[in-house]
Amino acid sequence: MTALPSSLLLDWKRIVRWGSICAVALLFVSLVGMPIKLDPKSIISPLLSLGYVSLFWLPLIFGYVASSRVVLEGVETSKPGLPDLLTGVLTGAIGGAGLTLLMLGIENFDIRDPLINWSPQLLEVLAFGARDLNPAVWIGIGGALGLFGAALNVIPESLRRGISYGFFTVLAVAIFEPALDDMSEGFRLEWLIELIFQKRGGLKLWPAIILASLIGMISIISKGKVKKAVAQYREQEAPKKKQTSYVLFGVIAALGIVLPIFMGTYVNSLLANVGIFLLLALGLNIVVGLAGILDLGYVAFFAVGAYTTAVLTSEISPFFAPGMTWVLSLVFVVILAALTGLIIGAPVIRMRGDYLAIVTLGFGEIIRLLFLSDFLKPYFGGAQGILGIPGIDLGVVYISGTDTRGIFYLVLFFCAIAVYVSWRLQASRLGRSWMAIREDEQVAEAMGINTVNSKLMAFVVGAVLASFAGAIMAARVGSVFPNSFMILISIVILVVVIVGGMGSIPGVFVGAFVLIGILGGPKQPGLLQEFGSLKLLVYGMLLVYMMLQRPEGLVPSARRTQELHQEEFLQDSWLKGTDDEEQSVEGEEAQV
Amino acid sequence: MSHLLEIKDLQVTFGGLDALSGLNFHVDEGEIVSVIGPNGAGKTTFFNTITGLVEPTGGDILFQGDSVLGLEPNEVTSLGIARTFQNVRLFPNMTILENVMVAQHCRTSQNVFGALFQTKAFKKEEEEIRQRAEEILSFFGSRLVGYRLDQAAFMLSYANRRRLEIARAMATQPRLMLLDEPVAGMNPSETAELTELIGRLRSEWGFTIVIIEHDMAVVKNVSDRVVVLDHGVPIASGSYEEVSTDPDVIEAYLGRPVESHS
Repeated sequence: MTALPSSLLLDWKRIVRWGSICAVALLFVSLVGMPIKLDPKSIISPLLSLGYVSLFWLPLIFGYVASSRVVLEGVETSKPGLPDLLTGVLTGAIGGAGLTLLMLGIENFDIRDPLINWSPQLLEVLAFGARDLNPAVWIGIGGALGLFGAALNVIPESLRRGISYGFFTVLAVAIFEPALDDMSEGFRLEWLIELIFQKRGGLKLWPAIILASLIGMISIISKGKVKKAVAQYREQEAPKKKQTSYVLFGVIAALGIVLPIFMGTYVNSLLANVGIFLLLALGLNIVVGLAGILDLGYVAFFAVGAYTTAVLTSEISPFFAPGMTWVLSLVFVVILAALTGLIIGAPVIRMRGDYLAIVTLGFGEIIRLLFLSDFLKPYFGGAQGILGIPGIDLGVVYISGTDTRGIFYLVLFFCAIAVYVSWRLQASRLGRSWMAIREDEQVAEAMGINTVNSKLMAFVVGAVLASFAGAIMAARVGSVFPNSFMILISIVILVVVIVGGMGSIPGVFVGAFVLIGILGGPKQPGLLQEFGSLKLLVYGMLLVYMMLQRPEGLVPSARRTQELHQEEFLQDSWLKGTDDEEQSVEGEEAQV
Repeated sequence: MSHLLEIKDLQVTFGGLDALSGLNFHVDEGEIVSVIGPNGAGKTTFFNTITGLVEPTGGDILFQGDSVLGLEPNEVTSLGIARTFQNVRLFPNMTILENVMVAQHCRTSQNVFGALFQTKAFKKEEEEIRQRAEEILSFFGSRLVGYRLDQAAFMLSYANRRRLEIARAMATQPRLMLLDEPVAGMNPSETAELTELIGRLRSEWGFTIVIIEHDMAVVKNVSDRVVVLDHGVPIASGSYEEVSTDPDVIEAYLGRPVESHS
C-alpha cells in the first residue's frame, strides 16, 4: 500500500457512517412520498420545488456534519481544508447512491404493495421528469451537495452566515407566498408581487438571486450585530430588561392590532387558526409549563367550551335551546369549564408523572366519547353534532363566523387575557407554589403548600382558557362535532408548547406560529398546504430533533434553560467569579 | 404544664421492620433537644412521622395538646412544625429569594383574583413576603443576600444550601423546628458558626428545636437534653454528660465488648 500524503488521510469510518445514514434518510424521505407531494410547491419556478428541497438538503447537511470537527478552545487543530471537502463529497455521494439504487430498484422490481410510493411517479420526480436519465446522476448530485455542505465548514463564518441567511430568506419568501400575495392587496403592492413571483407560484429566478444576495450581503456587513443585540438584551439588569420587554411587547401588540386591517381573508383566517391554538397552548402552558402537570387530555376543556356555547346559543340544538347571545353564554362556559376542571382534576391530581399523563389521556377521550354517545344523543346530537351556531353579537359590531378579521381580533383579545393571566400568576403566591411543586412535590408539601389545591387551581385556570378557545371555535365554524375534539388536538397543543419552550410565553407564540401557521393544525391547513398528510411526520421529526438538540424549546424561558444546563451555568459563574467560593470538599463524602 | 410536642408509644413498621417501636418523647417550649443514635436507629423516620410524611402504625403525636395524626404534611407545617432534610432538598431552580418566599405559603392567603386584579391587599402581602424573606436571609450574614437573592439555589455551595434550608424552615414561622443533621458535610469553622446560629434561633427567634446530629461537639454545645435512639427505641435520655457515659449508649455505638457487630 502506497503511503498517502497526510493531508489526504480520511476518516473512512466516519464517511461511511454518515453517508449511509444520509442514504437511509433519503430513501425514507422518498418513500414516504415527500418529493411527490411537495413537488407542486414551487420555490424558484421552474427550477426548484419544495419536493426537491426535501431531497437536496439531506446530502448538504450530512456533508456539513461529516466534515465538521469539534474545536476545543486552546487546542490547536489543522485548518479545515481539502480533506474536509473530500469527506463532504464522499458522504454526499454515498447518500446520493442510495437514490440511485432506489431508481434502479423501482425500474426493475415492483413492491408497490407495501410501499405506496414505490411508483413510476417517484421515478419521474427522481429523474427530473426526463425519460431515461442515468440513475448514477444522483451520486454526482449527492457529491456536489456534500461538497457544498463541507465548503460551509471551510469558508469564513461571516460568509457562511451570509449564505445561509440568503438561502433561508428565499425559502421563507417562497413559503410565505400565499400570505404575501394576500397581504399585497391591502398595501397596494400587487406590482411587487407580480415582479418577484411567477403567476403559477414560485419565485422568479432573478428576484430570488437578488433577494438572496441582498440578505446575504446585509448579514455579512452587519456581522452578527443582531446576535450581539440579543445577547445585550439578555444581559441587561432586571429593571431595564423589564422596560425593554414592555417596549417589545407593545410593538408586537400594536402590529397585531394594525396589520389585520391590511390583510385579506386568507391570512386572517390563518391567523385566527393560529390564535385559537395559541390560546389553547397558553392555557396548557400554565398547566404543563408552570405547574408541571403533564395533561394529555387538554382537548376535553376545549370540547366543553365549544359544546356549552353550541347548546346555549344555537336555536336548533336538540334538547335545550335558549338561544342566548354568545357573550352571555360565555359566563356559563367559564363556570362549566371550571367545574369540569375540578371534576377531572380531583381524581387525577393525586397521581404523579406518567400515571397522571395516562389518566388525563383517558379523560380527554371520555369527554369526546360522551358527546358522541347514543346515550347523550338527545342532548348533544351524537355524531351529527350541533348546527346553527350564530355569530357573535357584541352590541356594537356583529362578528359572523365567516368574518375572519373579526374572529381574529376576538382571538387576539382572549390571547391577551391568557398572556396577562399567565404573567400575573407566575409572580404570585400561587405561581410560586406551582414552581415549588414542579421542583419537588414532597418538599413543597412539607413546606406548607397545599399541593392538591394548588394543582387543582392550575387545572381550573387552564380549563377556563381552553374553554374560551372552544367558544370562539364554535362560533367561528357554526357547528360542533365530537370528531373535532380528537386526542390529536391535545397532542398538537402539547407539541406547540414543547417546541416553543415550556413555561415561556414568547416561546408559545413562536411555537404556535411555526407549527400551526406554517405546517398547519390537525385539520386546519397552514401556509404549506402541500404538507397535508405529511404534517404529523414533520411534527414528529421536529419533536425528536428538539428533544435531542434543544430540549428547552425555540424561545426558552430563562428558568428552564438554567434547569437543563445547570453545569454550564455553574461553569459560567465560576468564570465570572460569582460562584460560591467556599465549596467544602469534604462535604460530599460526609453525607450519610 | 403540657409539653409543646408529646409523643406517646409511637410505632412505625415498614413491611416486617420495626423502624420505631414504642417511642415516648417530649419537648417543652424553648428547649433544644438532640436526638442521636447509630445509623438506622430510626431518627429520620421519627422526623418524617412527626411531619406527616410517614403514617405511624400505632401511638399518638400531640402538638400543643392536639393530635397531629392523619394530617397532611402541609397541615402539620401550618400548625407550626418546620423541618429541614438530611439530604438537602431545596427547590434547586428557584432563586434563593423565591425559595424563602414560597415557604411562607401557609402564612399568607392571597388567591388568584388578588393576583389578576393586582389588588392593594395582594401588593401589600407580596411586599411583606419579600421583606420577611430578606430579613430571614440576612440572619445568615451576607452569604445569602445581595446578588445572591436572584441566583438559582443550585448555584450555592454545600454549606450555603444547608443554611438556605434552615432559612426556608424559618420562613414557615414555626414554633418547633426539626433540624435533620444541619452540619453534616460542613468543615469545622462552618460547623462552629452554625452551632452558634442554632443557639440564636432559640434566643432571637424563639423557636423550640429538635436536632438530629452525629457531630458530638455540636450536640454537646447546643442541647439542653439528649435522647439516644437505637433500633427504634430510646435507650437513654438526659444531659450530654449523663448520656455520653451511659453504658447502653456506648454499647449501641461501639458494640458489646466481647463480640463486635456493626
